[in-house]
Amino acid sequence: MTTDSSGAAGPTHGPRHKVVEAGVAVLFALFGVVVIIGSWKAGINWGAEGPRAGFFPFYIGLFIVVSSAINLWHALRDGDDGLFAEWGQLRQVMSVVIPTAIYVGSMPFIGLYVASIIFIGYFMRWLGKYRWLTVLGVALGMPIVTYFIFERYFLVPLPKGPIEEWLGL
Amino acid sequence: MEELVNLFHGFAVALQPFNIMVMVLGIVLGVIIGVLPGLGGANGVAILLPLTFSMPPTSAIIMLSCIYWGALFGGAITSILFNIPGEPWSVATTFDGYPMAQQGKAGEALTAAFTSSFVGALFAVIMITLVAPLVASFALQFGPAEKFAVYFLAFCSFVGLSKEPPFKTIAAMMMGFALAAVGLDSITGQLRLTFGFTELLNGFDFLIAVIGLFGIGEILLTMEEGLSFRGGKAKINLRVVMETWKGLPKYWMTSLRSCIIGCWMGITPAGATPASFMSYGIAKRVSKNGKNFGKGEIEGVVAPETAAHAAGTAALLPMLSLGVPGSPTAAVLLGGLLIWGLQPGPMLFVEQKEFVWGLIASMYLGNLFGLIIVLTCVPIFAAILRVPFSIIAPLILVLCAIGAYSVHSSTFDVMLMLGFGVIGYLLKKCNYPLAPLVLAIVLGDKAEEAFRQSLLGSQGSLGIFFSNPLVSTIMVLGLIALFWSAIQEVITRLRGTRTAAA
Amino acid sequence: MKSSVLRLALATVAAFCTSGIASAAWEPVRPVEFIIPAGTGGGADQMARTIQGIVTKHSLMKQPMVVINKSGGAGGEGFLDVKSSAGNPHKIIITLSNLFTTPLATGIPFNWKDLTPVAMLALDEFVLWVNAEKPYQNVKDYIDAVKKAPPGTIKMGGTGSKQEDQIITVAIEKATGTKFTYIPYKGGGEVAVQLVGNHVDSSVNNPIEAVAQWRGGKLRPLCVFDGKQMAYGDPIADGKGWKDIPTCKSQGLDMEYLMLRGIFMSPKATKDQVDYYIDLFKKVRATPEWQDFMKSGAFNTTFMTGDEYAKWVEGEEKRHQVLMKEAGFLAGN
Repeated sequence: MTTDSSGAAGPTHGPRHKVVEAGVAVLFALFGVVVIIGSWKAGINWGAEGPRAGFFPFYIGLFIVVSSAINLWHALRDGDDGLFAEWGQLRQVMSVVIPTAIYVGSMPFIGLYVASIIFIGYFMRWLGKYRWLTVLGVALGMPIVTYFIFERYFLVPLPKGPIEEWLGL
Repeated sequence: MEELVNLFHGFAVALQPFNIMVMVLGIVLGVIIGVLPGLGGANGVAILLPLTFSMPPTSAIIMLSCIYWGALFGGAITSILFNIPGEPWSVATTFDGYPMAQQGKAGEALTAAFTSSFVGALFAVIMITLVAPLVASFALQFGPAEKFAVYFLAFCSFVGLSKEPPFKTIAAMMMGFALAAVGLDSITGQLRLTFGFTELLNGFDFLIAVIGLFGIGEILLTMEEGLSFRGGKAKINLRVVMETWKGLPKYWMTSLRSCIIGCWMGITPAGATPASFMSYGIAKRVSKNGKNFGKGEIEGVVAPETAAHAAGTAALLPMLSLGVPGSPTAAVLLGGLLIWGLQPGPMLFVEQKEFVWGLIASMYLGNLFGLIIVLTCVPIFAAILRVPFSIIAPLILVLCAIGAYSVHSSTFDVMLMLGFGVIGYLLKKCNYPLAPLVLAIVLGDKAEEAFRQSLLGSQGSLGIFFSNPLVSTIMVLGLIALFWSAIQEVITRLRGTRTAAA
Repeated sequence: MKSSVLRLALATVAAFCTSGIASAAWEPVRPVEFIIPAGTGGGADQMARTIQGIVTKHSLMKQPMVVINKSGGAGGEGFLDVKSSAGNPHKIIITLSNLFTTPLATGIPFNWKDLTPVAMLALDEFVLWVNAEKPYQNVKDYIDAVKKAPPGTIKMGGTGSKQEDQIITVAIEKATGTKFTYIPYKGGGEVAVQLVGNHVDSSVNNPIEAVAQWRGGKLRPLCVFDGKQMAYGDPIADGKGWKDIPTCKSQGLDMEYLMLRGIFMSPKATKDQVDYYIDLFKKVRATPEWQDFMKSGAFNTTFMTGDEYAKWVEGEEKRHQVLMKEAGFLAGN
C-alpha cells in the first residue's frame, strides 16, 4: 500500500498508476503462493476416488501466480504512466480507512455500540462539520435504534463491551 | 381443472383477515430484513420461525414465505442505492442498478427491479400451479454431474463478458475460487488453507467479501472524488413509477427468457444466484443494448431481478414436493414444515390440500401486496440518497460492520470486511473486474463439490459429464456460451469472406 | 410486535429484581445463546428451533433464548466458541456426533471434556434405505447384490465426510466384506432425494430425513441400526410403521449406531446453573409439541443427566475413536 510520505504535495503529485498496478500484481502473486503452499499441505494429487482436497486450490494458485506475472509484465511494460490518485485524494481515502480500522479494531474490546457512537460522531463532526446537536442526535440515535431492532426484536446479539455489561444490557 | 378449484379454495384461505394481516406483516418484516445487510432471507426466516409456532400452520407458512418475498424485494434496494448487495442473488443487480442511481435514476431502477421481481415470481407461481407434479419429476433427474453442468453453464455464460484485460479477469476469478476453497473440504472432511487459524474455519463468507468489495470499496472511491453521492437529484415522486412502467413492456423478451432461466435454476435446484448471473450474462450478449450493460442500462436490472425472483419462488416447489430445499431460505422453511407436523414430499399435495393451495394462493397475493408496498415506498428509498454523504457514510459503514458481524457472530469477519474494502478499492482503480471474483466465491465450492461427487460416482471417469442427454446438453450449452465471442467472430468472418468473394 | 418488545422489557426488569434478591437457585439474567454447530435447516437446527419455539410458547424462561448457527469447519466453529466462553452461563450448545468426529477428523483443539455436560435429550436412529423400485426386499437381498457387483460400483449417499453416515458405511463394509463408494452431500434431505432419483443406491438417513419419501412410496427401509426395534407403531406406508422395521442385527448385519442429541454448556458452570438447564429441558420434554416432534422423527427418547450422561458420552467417544481409527479417518493420516 502507498502511504503519503510527502506532506506538502502539489495538486499533480501522487503515486504513478504503473507502480500501484505492479504492487497489486505482486500482492496477487503472493496470495497465489500462499494458496499453493496451503494446497500442498492438503494433498494435491488425484487419489483413487477423484481429486484430493488440495487438487483444485493448487492449480488455482498456479493460475493466480501465472496471470499475475503477466499482469505485472503488462503493468511495467506498457502501464499507464498517469497518476493513480493525487496525494490529497489519497489522504481523503485514508481519512476514512484509518478511523474505520480503529473502529473495527476496538469493537472486540468496547463493543459495537460505544464504538459506533464514537465513530459516527467523529465522522460527522470532523468530516461533515455538523453542529454538535445534530452529531449527538445521529450518533446516539442510530446505535439505540440498532439495539432495539437487532437485540430486542430479531434477537441477534451484537458485540458488547464493559459499558453494556455495567448497564446490564 | 381440479387445480383451479383448489386454487380458488386456496384464495379463500389466504384472504381470511388474519392471514392478510400476517401477509402484510411478513412483507414489511421481510423488506426490513432484506435491507439490513447480514440479516438475509435465511437468517431472517430462521430468527422469526419460533414466533410462528403459536399460529395455525397455514398462517405460519404464509407469514414466513411473505418474509421471504419481502427479503427478495428488499435485497434490491441496497444494491441499487449503495452498491451493497444484501443477498448473493442481488449482486448482478448492482451492475446496472447502481450506475443508474448515480445518474439520478434511482427511482427508475427501483421500479424496474421491483416490477421484474414481481413478473418473475408470478411466472414461477403460475408454473407451480399448472405443472407442479411434472416439474417435480424433472428435478429428480439432477444428480451431481447435472448440477456441475449447471454451475459450469452459469460460469460460462458470465465470463468472457468483461471488458477488462483477460488476465486480470482470470486473476480475479481465481482469487475468488481460492477464497471459496478455504475451510472445510466437504468431500474429504479435511481442513484446508486454514494454516491453523481457527478464525478461518468458516472460510470466507460471500457476504463479507461483497460488503467489503462493493460497499466499503465504493465509499472509498466516493471519498477520493470528494464528499458526495452523485445520485442527489433523484426524482422523488410516484410518477416515476408510471413513467418507468411505460418503458418496461419493450423488454418482454428479456423478461420471458429470464423467467425461464429462473424457473429452471430454482427447480434443479441450483438456486437464485446462478440464475441471476446467467440471465444477466445472456441478456448482455443477446441484447441490442449489450454494450451499454454496466453503464446503467435498465435491461441490466430487469434480467437478473426477474430471474432471481423466479428462481426464488420456483425453489419452493422441490421443497414442497420432494422435501429438498432449492435455497438456504427454503431449507429453513422446510424445517418449519416439519416442526408444524407437515411432512413435505410426494404426499403433501394429496394429504394437505388446504395447506398447499393456501400457500400457493398466498404466493400470488403476497407478491402482489409486496409489489404495492415496495412501489409506494420508492420515493422514500430514493430520497435516502439526498442525505448528505458525511451523515450517510458512517451509518452505512456501521451497518456494514453489523452485517459482517452477524454472519458468523465474529468480530474477525468485521476486520476481514475492511480488508476486502481496501482490496476492492485498489482492484477497482487498477481495472480488475469484481463480478467474476464474487461469482467464484459464491459458486466455487458448490461447483467443486458437485464435480468431485460426480467423479466419486464415476470412479474418476470424466465421461460422466457426457453420460446422458440431459447433462451433455447442458455441458454443450456451457461450451457454446464460453466460446460465444470466438464463434461470433468466426461467423462474421465467414460472412465477411463470402461478401468479399461476392 | 410492540407487545412482545414490552414483554421482553418486562421480563428483563423482572429478571433484574429476582437476581437482586439473590435467591438460592440460579436463573439467567441475560438472553441465553443456544449454539447450533450445524447449518440452518439440518436435524440439529430443527431440534434447537423447536426447543426455542416451545420455550417461547410456554414461557419456560424469563429471558429470551437466541439460536445461533455456527457451522464452520463441520461444527468446529461452534464448539470452539463455547469452549472459549468459560464462566458464561448464558451459552448452551446442542450436539450431534460431530462432537466426536470433528475434532478427530480435523485436529482442531477441542474435546467434549472442555464443555460442561447438561443433558441427553434424545438419540437419533439410523435406517438403511434403498429405492423402492429396486428389487431388494431385505438386507440379505441388498448385500448379496453388492457382493455380486464389481467392488466400488455400488454408491452409498450420506451427509458430510468422515462423519456418522460414513462411519456406518465403513462398518457395514467391515461386517459384510463388501465395498461401497461413499458420496458425501451437504444435507440429509438432499441424500434422500438423490436416492429417489437413483443417483445413489442406498443411504443411512435418519428417519425424519426420509420419512416423506417412504410415505410417498419412493423409498424402502431395510433395517434400523439399533439394538431394538423403534417404538412408534402408527402405519406410515403399506400398513407398516417404524416399529415394523427389523433391526440390522436380526438381519445378519451386526452394527449398532445411535446419534447423540444432547445439550452441553460453557466450561466452569456451577451446579446451580447446570440444574437450571436440566430443569428447563425436563419441562420442554413434558410438552405435547416435543412429544409430537419425537414421534415425527421416530427418535429414541432416552433422557440422561449428570454422571450417567457424562459416562455415556465418554463411552461413545472411545467408540468413535476406535471406529474412526479403523476407518482411517483420523487427522494427519
